[in-house]
Amino acid sequence: MSKPLWQPTASLQALQARANLYQQIRQFFASRNVLEVDTPTLSHGTVTDVHLDAFSCEFKYSSTGKTETLYLQTSPEFALKRLLATYKTCVYQLGKAYRHEGHGRWHNPEFTMLEWYRIGFDHHQLMQEVSELLQLALDVSETEMLSYQQAFLKHLALDPLTATTAEVATVFNRCNIDLSDGYPIDHDGMLQLLFSYEIEPNIGQQVPCFIYGYPASQASLAQLNKQDPRTADRFEVYFKGAELANGFHELQSAPEQRRRFEHDNRLRETFRLPEKPIDEHFLAALDAGLPACSGVALGVDRILMLKLGAQHIEDVIAFPVNRA
Amino acid sequence: MAFFSTNEFKSGLKIMLDGEPCNILENEYVKPGKGQAFNRVKIRKLISGKVLEKTFRSGESVEGADVLDTDLAYLYTDGEFYHFMNNDTFEQIAADQKAVGDNVKWLVENDMCTITLWNGTPITVTPPNFVELEITETDPGLKGDTAGTGGKPATLSTGAVVRVPLFIQTGEVIKVDTRSGEYVSRAQK
Repeated sequence: MSKPLWQPTASLQALQARANLYQQIRQFFASRNVLEVDTPTLSHGTVTDVHLDAFSCEFKYSSTGKTETLYLQTSPEFALKRLLATYKTCVYQLGKAYRHEGHGRWHNPEFTMLEWYRIGFDHHQLMQEVSELLQLALDVSETEMLSYQQAFLKHLALDPLTATTAEVATVFNRCNIDLSDGYPIDHDGMLQLLFSYEIEPNIGQQVPCFIYGYPASQASLAQLNKQDPRTADRFEVYFKGAELANGFHELQSAPEQRRRFEHDNRLRETFRLPEKPIDEHFLAALDAGLPACSGVALGVDRILMLKLGAQHIEDVIAFPVNRA
Repeated sequence: MAFFSTNEFKSGLKIMLDGEPCNILENEYVKPGKGQAFNRVKIRKLISGKVLEKTFRSGESVEGADVLDTDLAYLYTDGEFYHFMNNDTFEQIAADQKAVGDNVKWLVENDMCTITLWNGTPITVTPPNFVELEITETDPGLKGDTAGTGGKPATLSTGAVVRVPLFIQTGEVIKVDTRSGEYVSRAQK
């Protein structure tokens, strides 16, 4: 990287492609009657996810007279669901999200996210819609769908839903994934690394690949599957080595959501991470009644990378974090 | 000793792993959507030369290795040690056979070699990319033969054996690529 630091890393062509993609996305949703909304990226509430970290800052001018901690949003999910609970209308947001984590080929701590919710859709219907958007944006003619279980059976001959931790460990050890001494590993951790190292390189190379039916332990904000409660109605999309999207058939139960948040916080403790305040506004919205819906978040910068054949996220972002 | 967080990993950084200094060749930051972030790192162990892939928990710190590359001229061997000199300070350093390894066959007096020091001790000796050596023994070539028919083995003054074209004769000085061990040309006089 020899360009002076004040200059952008993205070419003019990449900036134009970004503008065009935004236009395509807005047309896509306008024609489907999904409302564009703009919710705060700075909020009192944040996520409890063990492996998600939000930037925080101090607000000294609160009308309460106290200094308050505000968080930069890791996704607009909670705010969008509060709108859904109030207006019962399909919404989307195209905007910035922030994650306090490392940067690399596919990562910048500030990035552009497209998130949308469809009332009355289950996750399969939403996967269909995501597929249509990807075909439009990436100019591919089809997509493929594979369950999490099928992916493991096919590529590792391991059933991730029935295998004991010892059985997962046997496969894990056979794959020669050499962990540093400081790497704590558990059942789900091994499944996630196996997925990254052994499955991801073998899926979604030609066309985007949808993986659905994650283990219930990795449900996050998804419903458990009614036929097979070992799995959650959650999906992800992989294409050419990138993780493009994560979607849920959304959990509607406020008590269950609270249990999961509290479980996250207990898990954070075991990882020696600070506990995170639970977003009570979000739980109150669930309590008031979130319409049955599915939602998905999609990494727009990665879509652009794939569209342009860019090797690094810097090629599609005007000023990546080290120049921002 | 300095510690480096995985955030500081980049190619060329020297770290300690299993008690051995290592060079980072490649580093990739991976963050699965709902999983723990990790760094997938390709590493060369500097003493054994082994290349391996290691997975670090993102944010983990590892000890840095006090490793320094220095260019020194090869002087001589006393049979046990190989002696090198810094041409600016005239300071001399002795490397043992383990550090020199197979590269002993490319050591030419007064050639500048790269000596990798770990805590001040030589751990590897890298010869220049090209060296010129005299052929001490090779079969006489067939008359009229020209370059490029598979060649023949030739033993050089250091004991190294390389394949040379048939027209090359004993007593000639040739240029060899030390990275591949292949004949390049006759030495320029």
